[in-house]
Amino acid sequence: MKSHVWRPLYVVIGIVAAILLFREFYVPDNFGSGEYGFMYSFHNKDNEEVWKNQPLMYRDTGKQKMHEYCAECHGDVVDVRTEDLHGIIPCENCHGPALDHPNDPELLVIIRDRDQCLRCHTLLPYTTSERKRIPGIDPTEHNVDEACVDCHDPHNPRLEDM
Amino acid sequence: MKRRDFLKNTMVVIAGASVPLSALEFIDPKEVLAANPQLHWAFLINTYTCVGCGFCVKACKTENDVPFDANVSRTWVERYVYTKDDRRYIDSPKAALYGFTEAKIDLGEHLGFKDIDPENVGKAFFVPKLCNQCETPACTQVCPVGATYKTDDGVVLVDRSWCIGCGYCVMACPFGARYFHPVYNVVDKCTFCYHRITKGLETACVNACPFGARKMCNIRDINDPITQIILNERVGVLKDEFGTNPQAFYIGLASEVR
Repeated sequence: MKSHVWRPLYVVIGIVAAILLFREFYVPDNFGSGEYGFMYSFHNKDNEEVWKNQPLMYRDTGKQKMHEYCAECHGDVVDVRTEDLHGIIPCENCHGPALDHPNDPELLVIIRDRDQCLRCHTLLPYTTSERKRIPGIDPTEHNVDEACVDCHDPHNPRLEDM
Repeated sequence: MKRRDFLKNTMVVIAGASVPLSALEFIDPKEVLAANPQLHWAFLINTYTCVGCGFCVKACKTENDVPFDANVSRTWVERYVYTKDDRRYIDSPKAALYGFTEAKIDLGEHLGFKDIDPENVGKAFFVPKLCNQCETPACTQVCPVGATYKTDDGVVLVDRSWCIGCGYCVMACPFGARYFHPVYNVVDKCTFCYHRITKGLETACVNACPFGARKMCNIRDINDPITQIILNERVGVLKDEFGTNPQAFYIGLASEVR
């Protein structure tokens, strides 16, 4: 074959080599791909640590452990909660994130809004949903201007014990 | 050569040739383990037990510094209402951050709300949604700068320092799990609470769910009780036809849930 065929090929090879060389120096050392290969996971490896070190808010883990931790100081309240009713709700859902409580935050902000209760206790006409097992009220009719906690004990919501 | 020797040699050669090369390769257990790490996160959602309280959305927003008032969320809960005159309504007001406190259906910004006669409701249920952390994610393929990626333990993350905010991944995700973070001005998504699960804690949403509708597991550990459910019970994934191999499994899917 004559050289006029080869010459452009050398140019192309040269360009590819130049790009690869440039890439070698330009891509930072901490870039790489993992188990999922170049297509799915070419990334800055240091970034995984960044995500691992995001600040925690909630205590965890599992309702039982959380209740045990809270019971160390607030045992009387934790004992009251009924296991089959509001006992299934993690303390932090109403009392707020409490990772380093009692150090930080020193005091937890308790959510006593009607809205908090209405998340589950709004009457919705869904007979096929699990929602049907939860007693519901119409928020526009049921003691409109009063707070739920004025009458109901959120830790032991049993009406007989009121 | 005797006839007997000829037959004998032929047998030996055929037997030898039929052994594949790979059978003679020495397998290093460490290499096999490295190729199949023993940790791969998966999610199990039980749509039967979800009541749409929205505690998961609230916990997620609190834990992960997602603006409360902005209409963006890493996870959300959808309500499906089927009426007896064969219409289907789906909504997720404010990503269900405050739960579902009205029977009215939120039709969207300009369409207002739709009252549904309680007598007319056939069936209704709630479906929590989040990033499916797909095995072969479309979103990480399309990223032009290598800012979003899959970790070895199967979680898709976004590198906030590299993301240029082009939004390709937001478009590529078949599940609408990604959004533009209004404070950091980069794309944000569910990380399976990577900072929690890597410390042995549950994710914020799993932790907050009073009804156990959300569960997490290591799908490579077949002794994990949640993995057992995924293996033994009838679970489904969303939009299987997209071929992204979602790692969030649902109990009680309907064909309308996508």
